[in-house]
Amino acid sequence: MTNSTKGAPLLRFEEVVYQYARTPGEEDLQENERAAVDGVSLTIEEGSFVAIIGHNGSGKSTLAKLTNAMLLPQSGTVWVDGMSTADPQHLWDIRQRAGMVFQNPDNQMVATIVEEDVAFGPENLGVPREQIRQRVDEALAMVGMSEFATHSPHMLSGGQKQRIAIAGIIAMRPKIIVMDEPTAMLDPSGRAEVVATAHRLNREEGMTVLLITHYMDEAVGADRVIVMDKGRVVMDGTPRETFLQVEKLHGLGLEVPPMVELAFQLREEGWPIPADVMDTEGMVEALWPLLSKN
Amino acid sequence: MGPVNVTIGQYFPGDSLIHRMDPRTKLLFTILYIVLVFLVRDVLGYAAVIALLAVSAAVARLPVKYLLRSLKPMIFIVVLTFLLNLITFGDGGVRITWTGLLNAVTMSLRLILLVLGSQLLTLTTSPLALTDGIEQLMRPLKAIKFPAHEMAMMMTIALRFIPTLVDETDRIMKAQKSRGADFESGNLLARARALIPLLVPLFVSAFRRADELAMAMEARCYRGDAGRTQLKQLAFSRVDLYGLGAAVLLTALVAVDRWVL
Repeated sequence: MTNSTKGAPLLRFEEVVYQYARTPGEEDLQENERAAVDGVSLTIEEGSFVAIIGHNGSGKSTLAKLTNAMLLPQSGTVWVDGMSTADPQHLWDIRQRAGMVFQNPDNQMVATIVEEDVAFGPENLGVPREQIRQRVDEALAMVGMSEFATHSPHMLSGGQKQRIAIAGIIAMRPKIIVMDEPTAMLDPSGRAEVVATAHRLNREEGMTVLLITHYMDEAVGADRVIVMDKGRVVMDGTPRETFLQVEKLHGLGLEVPPMVELAFQLREEGWPIPADVMDTEGMVEALWPLLSKN
Repeated sequence: MGPVNVTIGQYFPGDSLIHRMDPRTKLLFTILYIVLVFLVRDVLGYAAVIALLAVSAAVARLPVKYLLRSLKPMIFIVVLTFLLNLITFGDGGVRITWTGLLNAVTMSLRLILLVLGSQLLTLTTSPLALTDGIEQLMRPLKAIKFPAHEMAMMMTIALRFIPTLVDETDRIMKAQKSRGADFESGNLLARARALIPLLVPLFVSAFRRADELAMAMEARCYRGDAGRTQLKQLAFSRVDLYGLGAAVLLTALVAVDRWVL
């Protein structure tokens, strides 16, 4: 489970600072809300599944946009696969390597047919036609959307649209997929679809995934959880290490996953619930011996 | 505005010869057809043009009522054209002459033929194929810095977002109605004014969408058409050869009819 067993560093933040310019109408924002990313250093290893959590304004979305040169650090450096995002020469190489899935499923679809949309990235990269065909078919198969290849994206559900968006990124053959709150606009079943797809890509294809979310339960299956607050990394560890610190998370205004919360409350009441309970299954495992004893 | 049933370009899916024809051929054919409609001036000529239309519609296996439905919004203009041409204002007041009647019939017929012809194009060609075709045909204009690729990209995105924006309009309308907005009563001015609280949020959201879409496109390495490849490429086939052959033959016939006979 420890991230040190994973591969070489793929994404590295070195003392990165990014502050949004003061815009009219936002003068009433507090200083700490504007300092979006405030001296962040971290390394993401190849093949890992990292979740970044934090409430609104914690700087997690800014962090995402710094990974593929949508935003450039005002000080410090972001390295993607050995290239600095500040180097304009590498702009398109960086964007090919660090693919990004956005929050709104509708506002990232370009074409009126699913397969044409998936082809958009490879087309931009100048991939030869026969290879685009192959990449599109592969990518759609990976997200389980092959049967919708010739459908109109308009008729699909939110979760399906996000899977198409993921396929559109996979077809570019990136090294890391950065997902910037991909489930924020989805219903529970859509959320589950998208998170399961991300995990499958990580497990089966060895894809590095950086999942940015404010849903704690989506971070449970990650290799590593990074908690951000006011533009800084305040916690960084395995989900178990992170969610054990229930009080600290509460202090940051974050809710812990439901089962972690339940375990915490039961422990407070004196029940011997082990610390590593994070999901329903774990809770059942922990509870039934207690019940059978009584 | 009810549930979404916008059929953009009213594409009628099929697998006929006409459907399979390259969109470029169909575009050229349609342009030629429009020119012909204005060139012909006698019964023989009109018969030829109508025959061409009928044969194409039959080959495309389009239901007649589908084709005729497209004339509905045109009725007013056709009738107006007919009346304006029919009535001659002379010194003795309003008169109806044989020349006027003839003119009225020809002009109305031309209008109807124009609509039906272009309808045949949009009914048998998917919007995407049409956009591709337009881009390809305009490609030579790049020499004079005409942004052919950008035009086509804009058309694709517009087509892509029409259903999204229709949904959104519906949603905003319901939200406004639930708070007492009234879109249906009052005179034209009152109704136009009632649209303002609908249009403002719609525009704001459209701009936000455009911003996000631009970001997503850049994140997927979009940088205009430099070095760009395409999944689907248009290719002329034997069908196109027949189509173009028919077009040339027809032009020759009309030319002979008009200038020689």
